[in-house]
Amino acid sequence: MRDRRDRSGWLLLAPTWLLLGVFFLAPLTLTLVLSFRQRGVYGGLKPVENLGGYVASGAFLSNYSRSLQEIYLGIGWRSLWMALLTTALTLVIGYPVAYVLALRTPRRWKDLLLGLVVVPFWTSFLIRTYAWMFLLRTEGLLNHLLLGAGLRDRPLEILYTELAVMIGLVYGELPFMILPLYASLEKLDRTLLEAAADLGAGRGSVFRRVTIPLTSPGIAAGIVLVFIPSLGQFVVSDLLGGARSMLLGNLIQNQLSVARNHPFGAALAFELMAAVLLLLLAYALYMKRKGEEVLL
Amino acid sequence: MSWSRRLLAAHTALVYLFLWVPIAVLAVFSFNAGRQTAVWRGATLDWYRRLLANDALLASVRNSLAAAALTTVIATAIGTLAALALRRADVPGKGATLALLFLPMVIPEVVLGAALLTFFGAIGLRLSLVTVVIAHVVFSVSYVALVVRARLSGLDPALEEAARDLGAGPVETFRRVTLPLIFPGIAASALLVFTLSIDDYVVTSFVAGVGATTLPLHVYSMLRVGVTPEVNAVSTLLLAGTIGLIVAAQRLLRGSSSKGDRE
Repeated sequence: MRDRRDRSGWLLLAPTWLLLGVFFLAPLTLTLVLSFRQRGVYGGLKPVENLGGYVASGAFLSNYSRSLQEIYLGIGWRSLWMALLTTALTLVIGYPVAYVLALRTPRRWKDLLLGLVVVPFWTSFLIRTYAWMFLLRTEGLLNHLLLGAGLRDRPLEILYTELAVMIGLVYGELPFMILPLYASLEKLDRTLLEAAADLGAGRGSVFRRVTIPLTSPGIAAGIVLVFIPSLGQFVVSDLLGGARSMLLGNLIQNQLSVARNHPFGAALAFELMAAVLLLLLAYALYMKRKGEEVLL
Repeated sequence: MSWSRRLLAAHTALVYLFLWVPIAVLAVFSFNAGRQTAVWRGATLDWYRRLLANDALLASVRNSLAAAALTTVIATAIGTLAALALRRADVPGKGATLALLFLPMVIPEVVLGAALLTFFGAIGLRLSLVTVVIAHVVFSVSYVALVVRARLSGLDPALEEAARDLGAGPVETFRRVTLPLIFPGIAASALLVFTLSIDDYVVTSFVAGVGATTLPLHVYSMLRVGVTPEVNAVSTLLLAGTIGLIVAAQRLLRGSSSKGDRE
């Protein structure tokens, strides 16, 4: 009986492993291998004649060492900085909203207000980015209103700057921060807050010493959910940013399309993935210590 | 109401405006008669009429619908099977499977797109709508497994045991007890997969071949050229479509869980 169960469990999992084995793990492995190769003269791959010599000479790391050149390193740092800033801003903006939703909203409003955050969570990032192109353009609605009201005599040039990218990122990622925060605030045992207050803690110190620590799994999940997509972002920077706001995602995309340098693109993709996996590892360890389930 | 509560409420209201005003403005201006898109010149449905006459756009809509429908069927089937297996305590490789399902959800889309493009090139699979469907199934199967698994964990095993005690075989128990109970979860995840597929730009942009342009790819090429009322119209339709799907999915999940079979 037990044996039969085991086997049917395997059968149920087989399609998943087949699918993700062939079309997920294999492509990632291939990308990793490719990142150690070099680009040929006409865009293909340069043949490796002597594997021993190739490895010994360090040629297999040429893409990685190239990625440390100042120009690419600069793009990397900027991507990291933008992702950090996005995460911090969404946390600061999103926490109070999640707090109000979870603890201060009457039952009958809750579904509606929560739905108004859930819908942007799922709707097209592309369209939501376009909405900001529409608002921020030099001839866009914002400038139309500002000039019309006489608040400015010249239009604001926001679109195609880093500020526009920042607005787009925060706008796009905010629901991904609010929802996990809401989930953990909702589970919060309110009697603990009352107990702290009864024991003489002021409102600020209840928040700092009880609410925040108890909702830290939600904060961690929100940080992960926002930071990762921001770090690999390329739509927002492509549409709202100017030529100088290229991020890591744009660089990778560029290597695979325009520049036709797959090996270098692969190396960059792996560096991005390594950064993400390190963060996830830290997150998983943290959640484990807290005794929470790791699944987001 | 204390000042801190008022501040919280004001902040929340502002954030809701921030989330919704851009979308609302976009939708309103899709009905604007003026070509100069920032000035209101009266209402019209002209831009929507033009969309209907735009063959390239309609072709991209057909591609998107076909890809999303196929993706939904395949991903929902595979993900549901995985969720059913993961429910058992004794299934082999449980931890590894959970990790495997976790990865596609968290890996940056640009990495997934780049890896798949490289892979398809290496195995000689020509980019087409087929490669789009494969890519979409890869990134959406995890969501199905997650949603259906959550649904299964709320299921009272006593119901299935009762069916078995009353003489139902495993297949019959599954078909007549388990499946109806988890069906809302399956349907909701199918709707979510459809949404993910029809909205995806990043991964699709890597793996869509010539002639497999999907709606987001077409919209992207339109808005790289410039802001036009047609883009507003097509965006509004896409938004309305996804909002409809999401509301339906939420209804399914909530409506069924409030019947009290979760606790």
